[in-house]
Amino acid sequence: MDGIHDMGGMDGFGKVVPEPNEPPFHAAWEGRVLALQRAMSYAGAWQIDMSRAAQERLPPQVYLTVSYYQRWELAMERNVIERGLADAGELAAGHAQGAGKPLKRKLTADNFLDSMTRGSFYRQAQAPARFKPGDRVRTRNIHPPTHTRLPRYARGRLGVVELVHGCHAFPDSVAIEKGDDPQWLYTVLFEGRELWGPDADPSVKVSIDAFEPYLEPA
Amino acid sequence: MAAQEHQHEHGSELSEVQLRVRALETVLTEKGYIDPAALDRIIETYETKVGPHNGARVVARAWSNPAFKQALLDDASKAVRGMGHESRVGDHLVAVENTLQVHNMVVCTLCSCYPWEVLGLPPVWYKSAPYRSRAVKDPRGVLADFGVKLPKETQIRVWDSTAETRFLVLPMRPQDTEGWSEERLVQLVTRDCMIGTGLPKKPEEIA
Repeated sequence: MDGIHDMGGMDGFGKVVPEPNEPPFHAAWEGRVLALQRAMSYAGAWQIDMSRAAQERLPPQVYLTVSYYQRWELAMERNVIERGLADAGELAAGHAQGAGKPLKRKLTADNFLDSMTRGSFYRQAQAPARFKPGDRVRTRNIHPPTHTRLPRYARGRLGVVELVHGCHAFPDSVAIEKGDDPQWLYTVLFEGRELWGPDADPSVKVSIDAFEPYLEPA
Repeated sequence: MAAQEHQHEHGSELSEVQLRVRALETVLTEKGYIDPAALDRIIETYETKVGPHNGARVVARAWSNPAFKQALLDDASKAVRGMGHESRVGDHLVAVENTLQVHNMVVCTLCSCYPWEVLGLPPVWYKSAPYRSRAVKDPRGVLADFGVKLPKETQIRVWDSTAETRFLVLPMRPQDTEGWSEERLVQLVTRDCMIGTGLPKKPEEIA
Protein backbone atom coordinates (compact mmCIF):
# COMPACT_ATOMS: atom_id res chain seq x y z
CA MET A 1 0.00 0.00 0.00
CA ASP A 2 1.09 3.56 -0.65
CA GLY A 3 1.40 4.28 3.06
CA ILE A 4 3.34 6.63 5.29
CA HIS A 5 5.78 3.79 6.08
CA ASP A 6 7.18 4.09 2.54
CA MET A 7 9.42 7.02 3.41
CA GLY A 8 12.32 6.77 0.98
CA GLY A 9 12.93 10.18 -0.60
CA MET A 10 10.44 12.20 1.44
CA ASP A 11 11.55 15.65 2.54
CA GLY A 12 10.89 17.57 5.72
CA PHE A 13 11.73 15.13 8.49
CA GLY A 14 14.85 17.04 9.44
CA LYS A 15 18.29 15.96 10.54
CA VAL A 16 19.34 12.58 11.80
CA VAL A 17 20.10 12.93 15.49
CA PRO A 18 22.23 10.12 16.96
CA GLU A 19 21.97 9.55 20.70
CA PRO A 20 25.30 9.04 22.45
CA ASN A 21 25.58 5.84 24.51
CA GLU A 22 22.09 4.73 23.64
CA PRO A 23 20.79 1.92 25.88
CA PRO A 24 19.29 -1.27 24.33
CA PHE A 25 15.86 -0.18 25.61
CA HIS A 26 14.65 3.22 26.79
CA ALA A 27 12.00 1.72 29.06
CA ALA A 28 11.28 -1.74 30.40
CA TRP A 29 8.07 -2.05 28.35
CA GLU A 30 10.04 -1.79 25.10
CA GLY A 31 11.85 -5.01 25.93
CA ARG A 32 8.55 -6.72 26.78
CA VAL A 33 7.14 -5.68 23.39
CA LEU A 34 10.15 -6.98 21.50
CA ALA A 35 10.12 -10.27 23.39
CA LEU A 36 6.34 -10.66 23.02
CA GLN A 37 6.68 -10.29 19.29
CA ARG A 38 9.48 -12.83 19.26
CA ALA A 39 7.50 -15.34 21.33
CA MET A 40 4.34 -14.96 19.23
CA SER A 41 6.31 -15.39 16.00
CA TYR A 42 7.94 -18.51 17.40
CA ALA A 43 4.50 -19.82 18.31
CA GLY A 44 3.47 -19.41 14.67
CA ALA A 45 0.81 -16.80 15.47
CA TRP A 46 1.81 -14.72 12.45
CA GLN A 47 4.74 -14.14 10.09
CA ILE A 48 6.97 -11.10 9.93
CA ASP A 49 5.28 -9.58 6.88
CA MET A 50 1.91 -9.79 8.62
CA SER A 51 3.47 -7.78 11.39
CA ARG A 52 4.86 -5.22 8.95
CA ALA A 53 1.52 -5.05 7.13
CA ALA A 54 -0.31 -4.39 10.41
CA GLN A 55 2.02 -1.46 11.12
CA GLU A 56 1.53 -0.08 7.62
CA ARG A 57 -2.21 -0.06 8.16
CA LEU A 58 -1.97 2.18 11.22
CA PRO A 59 -3.39 5.62 10.46
CA PRO A 60 -0.54 7.84 9.16
CA GLN A 61 -0.93 10.33 11.99
CA VAL A 62 -0.55 7.49 14.49
CA TYR A 63 2.38 5.93 12.62
CA LEU A 64 4.28 9.22 12.70
CA THR A 65 3.64 10.16 16.30
CA VAL A 66 4.15 6.95 18.25
CA SER A 67 7.52 5.36 18.89
CA TYR A 68 8.95 2.31 17.13
CA TYR A 69 8.02 -0.15 19.87
CA GLN A 70 4.58 1.42 20.27
CA ARG A 71 4.02 0.66 16.59
CA TRP A 72 5.00 -2.93 17.24
CA GLU A 73 2.61 -3.09 20.16
CA LEU A 74 -0.31 -1.65 18.21
CA ALA A 75 0.42 -4.01 15.31
CA MET A 76 0.46 -6.96 17.71
CA GLU A 77 -2.89 -5.98 19.17
CA ARG A 78 -4.28 -5.84 15.65
CA ASN A 79 -2.86 -9.23 14.70
CA VAL A 80 -4.06 -10.80 17.94
CA ILE A 81 -7.60 -9.54 17.37
CA GLU A 82 -7.75 -10.18 13.61
CA ARG A 83 -6.49 -13.73 14.02
CA GLY A 84 -8.99 -14.46 16.78
CA LEU A 85 -6.25 -15.11 19.35
CA ALA A 86 -7.98 -12.79 21.82
CA ASP A 87 -10.70 -10.19 21.43
CA ALA A 88 -10.68 -6.45 21.94
CA GLY A 89 -12.68 -6.79 25.15
CA GLU A 90 -10.05 -9.04 26.66
CA LEU A 91 -7.23 -6.66 25.73
CA ALA A 92 -9.20 -3.74 27.19
CA ALA A 93 -9.91 -5.67 30.38
CA GLY A 94 -6.34 -6.95 30.61
CA HIS A 95 -7.48 -10.52 31.25
CA ALA A 96 -8.42 -13.53 29.15
CA GLN A 97 -12.05 -14.56 29.33
CA GLY A 98 -11.63 -17.92 27.66
CA ALA A 99 -9.06 -20.48 26.57
CA GLY A 100 -6.65 -19.76 23.73
CA LYS A 101 -6.49 -21.33 20.30
CA PRO A 102 -3.90 -24.07 19.77
CA LEU A 103 -0.66 -22.69 18.34
CA LYS A 104 2.23 -24.56 16.73
CA ARG A 105 4.65 -24.42 19.67
CA LYS A 106 5.55 -22.36 22.72
CA LEU A 107 8.69 -20.46 23.58
CA THR A 108 9.97 -21.17 27.09
CA ALA A 109 12.95 -20.19 29.21
CA ASP A 110 14.56 -23.49 28.18
CA ASN A 111 14.19 -23.19 24.41
CA PHE A 112 14.27 -19.39 24.04
CA LEU A 113 17.62 -19.53 22.21
CA ASP A 114 15.78 -21.15 19.30
CA SER A 115 14.05 -17.82 18.76
CA MET A 116 17.39 -16.01 18.62
CA THR A 117 18.32 -17.61 15.32
CA ARG A 118 16.88 -15.92 12.29
CA GLY A 119 14.55 -18.08 10.28
CA SER A 120 15.39 -18.91 6.69
CA PHE A 121 13.33 -17.32 3.96
CA TYR A 122 14.66 -19.60 1.22
CA ARG A 123 11.96 -21.59 -0.55
CA GLN A 124 11.96 -24.18 -3.30
CA ALA A 125 12.08 -22.47 -6.70
CA GLN A 126 9.02 -22.99 -8.89
CA ALA A 127 10.87 -21.94 -12.07
CA PRO A 128 14.39 -20.96 -13.15
CA ALA A 129 15.52 -17.41 -12.39
CA ARG A 130 14.47 -15.03 -15.14
CA PHE A 131 17.37 -12.62 -14.64
CA LYS A 132 21.10 -12.85 -14.04
CA PRO A 133 23.69 -10.33 -12.85
CA GLY A 134 24.25 -7.61 -15.44
CA ASP A 135 20.73 -7.78 -16.88
CA ARG A 136 18.97 -4.47 -17.40
CA VAL A 137 15.55 -4.41 -15.81
CA ARG A 138 12.75 -1.95 -15.22
CA THR A 139 10.77 -2.07 -12.01
CA ARG A 140 7.05 -2.26 -12.52
CA ASN A 141 4.82 0.66 -11.72
CA ILE A 142 2.55 -1.14 -9.28
CA HIS A 143 0.41 0.24 -6.47
CA PRO A 144 -1.16 -2.72 -4.70
CA PRO A 145 -3.50 -1.66 -1.87
CA THR A 146 -1.93 -4.44 0.22
CA HIS A 147 1.59 -5.10 1.51
CA THR A 148 4.49 -4.84 -0.94
CA ARG A 149 8.24 -4.39 -0.58
CA LEU A 150 8.75 -2.37 -3.73
CA PRO A 151 9.22 1.19 -2.48
CA ARG A 152 7.51 4.01 -4.37
CA TYR A 153 10.74 5.84 -5.19
CA ALA A 154 11.97 2.81 -7.13
CA ARG A 155 8.88 2.04 -9.23
CA GLY A 156 9.06 2.30 -13.01
CA ARG A 157 12.85 2.81 -12.88
CA LEU A 158 15.68 1.38 -14.95
CA GLY A 159 18.29 -0.60 -13.09
CA VAL A 160 20.78 -3.42 -13.38
CA VAL A 161 20.63 -6.77 -11.62
CA GLU A 162 23.67 -7.04 -9.39
CA LEU A 163 23.10 -10.05 -7.11
CA VAL A 164 20.81 -13.05 -7.16
CA HIS A 165 19.84 -14.09 -3.64
CA GLY A 166 18.01 -17.32 -4.40
CA CYS A 167 14.32 -18.00 -4.18
CA HIS A 168 12.45 -16.53 -1.20
CA ALA A 169 8.98 -16.44 0.32
CA PHE A 170 7.14 -13.54 -1.36
CA PRO A 171 6.02 -10.94 1.21
CA ASP A 172 3.23 -9.57 -1.02
CA SER A 173 1.61 -12.99 -0.92
CA VAL A 174 2.45 -14.00 2.64
CA ALA A 175 0.95 -10.81 4.08
CA ILE A 176 -2.45 -11.50 2.54
CA GLU A 177 -2.60 -15.15 3.61
CA LYS A 178 -1.96 -16.48 0.13
CA GLY A 179 1.03 -18.58 1.08
CA ASP A 180 4.73 -18.36 0.32
CA ASP A 181 4.42 -18.12 -3.49
CA PRO A 182 8.26 -18.39 -3.75
CA GLN A 183 9.98 -15.84 -5.98
CA TRP A 184 13.55 -15.13 -7.03
CA LEU A 185 15.12 -12.23 -5.20
CA TYR A 186 17.63 -9.83 -6.75
CA THR A 187 19.65 -6.82 -5.70
CA VAL A 188 18.89 -4.22 -8.37
CA LEU A 189 21.13 -1.18 -8.65
CA PHE A 190 19.98 2.27 -9.80
CA GLU A 191 21.89 5.42 -10.62
CA GLY A 192 20.91 8.23 -8.28
CA ARG A 193 19.88 10.31 -11.31
CA GLU A 194 17.50 7.60 -12.50
CA LEU A 195 15.70 7.86 -9.17
CA TRP A 196 15.99 11.56 -8.35
CA GLY A 197 16.42 13.30 -11.67
CA PRO A 198 19.24 15.03 -13.53
CA ASP A 199 20.14 17.34 -10.65
CA ALA A 200 20.90 14.45 -8.30
CA ASP A 201 24.39 13.79 -6.97
CA PRO A 202 26.12 11.78 -9.76
CA SER A 203 28.25 9.88 -7.24
CA VAL A 204 25.25 8.19 -5.61
CA LYS A 205 23.88 4.75 -6.44
CA VAL A 206 21.05 3.04 -4.63
CA SER A 207 19.99 -0.58 -4.63
CA ILE A 208 16.85 -2.33 -3.51
CA ASP A 209 16.21 -6.02 -3.10
CA ALA A 210 13.49 -6.80 -5.61
CA PHE A 211 11.39 -9.91 -6.03
CA GLU A 212 11.03 -11.14 -9.61
CA PRO A 213 7.38 -10.05 -10.01
CA TYR A 214 8.54 -6.46 -9.42
CA LEU A 215 10.76 -6.58 -12.52
CA GLU A 216 10.50 -6.71 -16.28
CA PRO A 217 13.33 -6.92 -18.84
CA ALA A 218 14.58 -3.61 -20.22
CA MET B 1 5.54 -0.71 41.45
CA ALA B 2 3.22 1.01 39.00
CA ALA B 3 3.64 4.36 40.73
CA GLN B 4 7.38 3.94 40.79
CA GLU B 5 7.53 3.16 37.07
CA HIS B 6 5.28 6.12 36.42
CA GLN B 7 7.83 8.41 38.04
CA HIS B 8 10.67 6.89 36.11
CA GLU B 9 8.96 7.20 32.77
CA HIS B 10 7.92 10.84 33.04
CA GLY B 11 4.26 11.22 32.37
CA SER B 12 0.89 9.71 31.75
CA GLU B 13 1.32 9.00 28.04
CA LEU B 14 4.01 6.45 28.69
CA SER B 15 2.15 4.95 31.59
CA GLU B 16 -0.76 4.32 29.23
CA VAL B 17 1.66 2.45 26.96
CA GLN B 18 2.86 0.45 29.94
CA LEU B 19 -0.70 -0.48 30.79
CA ARG B 20 -1.41 -1.62 27.23
CA VAL B 21 1.74 -3.71 27.09
CA ARG B 22 0.95 -5.25 30.46
CA ALA B 23 -2.61 -6.02 29.37
CA LEU B 24 -1.38 -7.64 26.14
CA GLU B 25 1.23 -9.73 27.92
CA THR B 26 -1.25 -10.82 30.60
CA VAL B 27 -3.89 -11.85 28.10
CA LEU B 28 -1.42 -13.77 25.91
CA THR B 29 0.00 -15.49 28.99
CA GLU B 30 -3.42 -16.46 30.32
CA LYS B 31 -4.35 -17.80 26.90
CA GLY B 32 -1.31 -20.05 27.11
CA TYR B 33 0.49 -18.62 24.06
CA ILE B 34 3.54 -17.27 25.83
CA ASP B 35 5.69 -17.85 28.89
CA PRO B 36 6.83 -14.61 30.59
CA ALA B 37 10.04 -16.35 31.70
CA ALA B 38 11.02 -16.77 28.05
CA LEU B 39 10.45 -13.04 27.56
CA ASP B 40 12.80 -12.30 30.46
CA ARG B 41 15.52 -14.39 28.86
CA ILE B 42 15.18 -12.72 25.47
CA ILE B 43 15.40 -9.26 27.02
CA GLU B 44 18.39 -10.25 29.11
CA THR B 45 20.16 -11.64 26.04
CA TYR B 46 19.67 -8.41 24.11
CA GLU B 47 20.74 -6.33 27.09
CA THR B 48 23.89 -8.28 27.87
CA LYS B 49 25.03 -10.46 24.99
CA VAL B 50 23.94 -9.33 21.55
CA GLY B 51 25.38 -6.11 20.27
CA PRO B 52 27.79 -4.44 17.89
CA HIS B 53 30.70 -6.19 19.59
CA ASN B 54 29.62 -9.27 17.61
CA GLY B 55 29.99 -7.44 14.31
CA ALA B 56 33.20 -5.79 15.48
CA ARG B 57 34.78 -9.22 15.89
CA VAL B 58 33.74 -10.10 12.35
CA VAL B 59 35.28 -6.92 10.96
CA ALA B 60 38.49 -7.20 12.94
CA ARG B 61 38.93 -10.79 11.83
CA ALA B 62 38.39 -9.80 8.20
CA TRP B 63 40.99 -7.04 8.59
CA SER B 64 43.58 -9.39 10.02
CA ASN B 65 42.84 -12.61 8.14
CA PRO B 66 42.66 -12.41 4.31
CA ALA B 67 41.18 -15.91 3.97
CA PHE B 68 38.38 -15.03 6.40
CA LYS B 69 37.78 -11.74 4.61
CA GLN B 70 37.36 -13.54 1.31
CA ALA B 71 35.04 -16.09 2.91
CA LEU B 72 33.02 -13.23 4.45
CA LEU B 73 32.62 -11.45 1.13
CA ASP B 74 31.78 -14.73 -0.64
CA ASP B 75 29.16 -15.88 1.88
CA ALA B 76 28.79 -13.83 5.04
CA SER B 77 26.13 -16.10 6.57
CA LYS B 78 28.45 -19.06 6.39
CA ALA B 79 31.56 -17.17 7.50
CA VAL B 80 29.84 -15.62 10.54
CA ARG B 81 27.94 -18.74 11.57
CA GLY B 82 31.04 -20.31 13.06
CA MET B 83 31.78 -17.43 15.43
CA GLY B 84 29.55 -18.58 18.28
CA HIS B 85 27.30 -15.57 18.76
CA GLU B 86 24.28 -16.03 21.05
CA SER B 87 22.10 -14.54 18.37
CA ARG B 88 22.92 -16.78 15.46
CA VAL B 89 22.96 -15.47 11.97
CA GLY B 90 20.41 -16.93 9.58
CA ASP B 91 20.86 -17.50 5.88
CA HIS B 92 20.74 -14.01 4.49
CA LEU B 93 23.70 -11.93 5.61
CA VAL B 94 25.74 -10.10 2.97
CA ALA B 95 28.97 -8.23 3.72
CA VAL B 96 29.77 -5.24 1.52
CA GLU B 97 33.28 -3.84 1.39
CA ASN B 98 34.26 -0.19 1.53
CA THR B 99 37.17 0.80 -0.68
CA LEU B 100 38.82 4.06 -1.69
CA GLN B 101 36.35 4.15 -4.60
CA VAL B 102 33.09 3.06 -2.93
CA HIS B 103 31.51 3.83 0.43
CA ASN B 104 28.55 1.63 1.41
CA MET B 105 25.64 2.71 3.59
CA VAL B 106 22.68 0.60 4.75
CA VAL B 107 19.08 1.66 5.36
CA CYS B 108 15.60 0.20 5.43
CA THR B 109 13.22 2.81 4.06
CA LEU B 110 10.07 0.67 4.50
CA CYS B 111 10.48 -0.41 8.12
CA SER B 112 13.76 -0.76 9.98
CA CYS B 113 15.41 -3.99 8.83
CA TYR B 114 18.82 -4.32 10.42
CA PRO B 115 21.38 -7.11 10.90
CA TRP B 116 20.44 -7.75 14.55
CA GLU B 117 22.56 -10.86 14.78
CA VAL B 118 25.78 -8.98 14.26
CA LEU B 119 24.87 -5.44 15.40
CA GLY B 120 22.28 -5.96 18.14
CA LEU B 121 19.18 -3.78 18.37
CA PRO B 122 19.03 -0.88 15.94
CA PRO B 123 19.55 2.60 17.41
CA VAL B 124 16.59 4.99 17.44
CA TRP B 125 18.05 7.15 14.67
CA TYR B 126 18.22 4.16 12.31
CA LYS B 127 14.49 3.61 12.83
CA SER B 128 13.61 7.30 12.55
CA ALA B 129 11.85 9.08 9.70
CA PRO B 130 14.79 11.44 9.03
CA TYR B 131 17.17 8.56 8.33
CA ARG B 132 14.72 6.35 6.49
CA SER B 133 13.58 9.19 4.23
CA ARG B 134 16.91 10.81 3.42
CA ALA B 135 19.45 7.99 3.24
CA VAL B 136 18.43 7.02 -0.30
CA LYS B 137 18.10 10.56 -1.64
CA ASP B 138 20.74 12.59 0.17
CA PRO B 139 23.25 10.15 1.65
CA ARG B 140 25.99 12.77 1.75
CA GLY B 141 23.70 15.03 3.76
CA VAL B 142 23.01 12.17 6.18
CA LEU B 143 26.74 11.50 6.48
CA ALA B 144 27.21 15.19 7.30
CA ASP B 145 24.72 14.77 10.17
CA PHE B 146 27.18 12.20 11.52
CA GLY B 147 30.15 14.49 10.93
CA VAL B 148 31.44 12.35 8.07
CA LYS B 149 32.70 14.01 4.90
CA LEU B 150 33.93 11.85 2.05
CA PRO B 151 35.83 12.93 -1.07
CA LYS B 152 33.59 14.08 -3.94
CA GLU B 153 34.95 11.31 -6.16
CA THR B 154 33.99 8.55 -3.74
CA GLN B 155 30.94 6.68 -4.96
CA ILE B 156 28.24 6.43 -2.32
CA ARG B 157 26.40 3.15 -2.52
CA VAL B 158 23.18 2.89 -0.52
CA TRP B 159 21.66 -0.53 0.17
CA ASP B 160 17.92 -0.34 0.89
CA SER B 161 17.07 -3.51 2.84
CA THR B 162 13.71 -4.15 1.22
CA ALA B 163 13.73 -7.95 1.63
CA GLU B 164 15.15 -10.38 4.20
CA THR B 165 18.74 -9.91 3.08
CA ARG B 166 20.76 -8.06 5.72
CA PHE B 167 23.85 -6.03 4.99
CA LEU B 168 26.98 -5.55 7.06
CA VAL B 169 29.46 -2.91 5.93
CA LEU B 170 33.09 -3.97 6.05
CA PRO B 171 34.91 -0.66 6.57
CA MET B 172 38.43 0.04 5.40
CA ARG B 173 41.11 -0.89 7.88
CA PRO B 174 42.51 2.28 9.44
CA GLN B 175 46.04 3.27 8.56
CA ASP B 176 48.95 2.77 10.97
CA THR B 177 47.56 -0.47 12.34
CA GLU B 178 50.12 -2.79 10.78
CA GLY B 179 50.86 -5.73 12.99
CA TRP B 180 47.87 -5.13 15.27
CA SER B 181 46.18 -8.19 16.73
CA GLU B 182 42.53 -8.96 16.09
CA GLU B 183 41.75 -8.10 19.73
CA ARG B 184 43.31 -4.67 19.34
CA LEU B 185 41.64 -4.00 16.00
CA VAL B 186 38.22 -4.73 17.53
CA GLN B 187 38.51 -1.53 19.53
CA LEU B 188 38.53 0.53 16.34
CA VAL B 189 35.26 -0.86 15.03
CA THR B 190 32.18 1.22 15.81
CA ARG B 191 28.56 0.28 15.25
CA ASP B 192 28.07 3.17 12.85
CA CYS B 193 31.02 2.19 10.67
CA MET B 194 29.32 -1.18 10.12
CA ILE B 195 26.12 0.61 9.01
CA GLY B 196 28.08 3.01 6.85
CA THR B 197 27.18 6.22 8.66
CA GLY B 198 30.55 6.37 10.34
CA LEU B 199 34.20 5.50 9.88
CA PRO B 200 36.31 3.31 12.15
CA LYS B 201 38.22 5.01 14.93
CA LYS B 202 41.78 6.07 14.28
CA PRO B 203 44.55 4.43 16.33
CA GLU B 204 45.16 7.63 18.29
CA GLU B 205 41.51 7.70 19.43
CA ILE B 206 41.97 4.56 21.50
CA ALA B 207 45.52 5.19 22.67
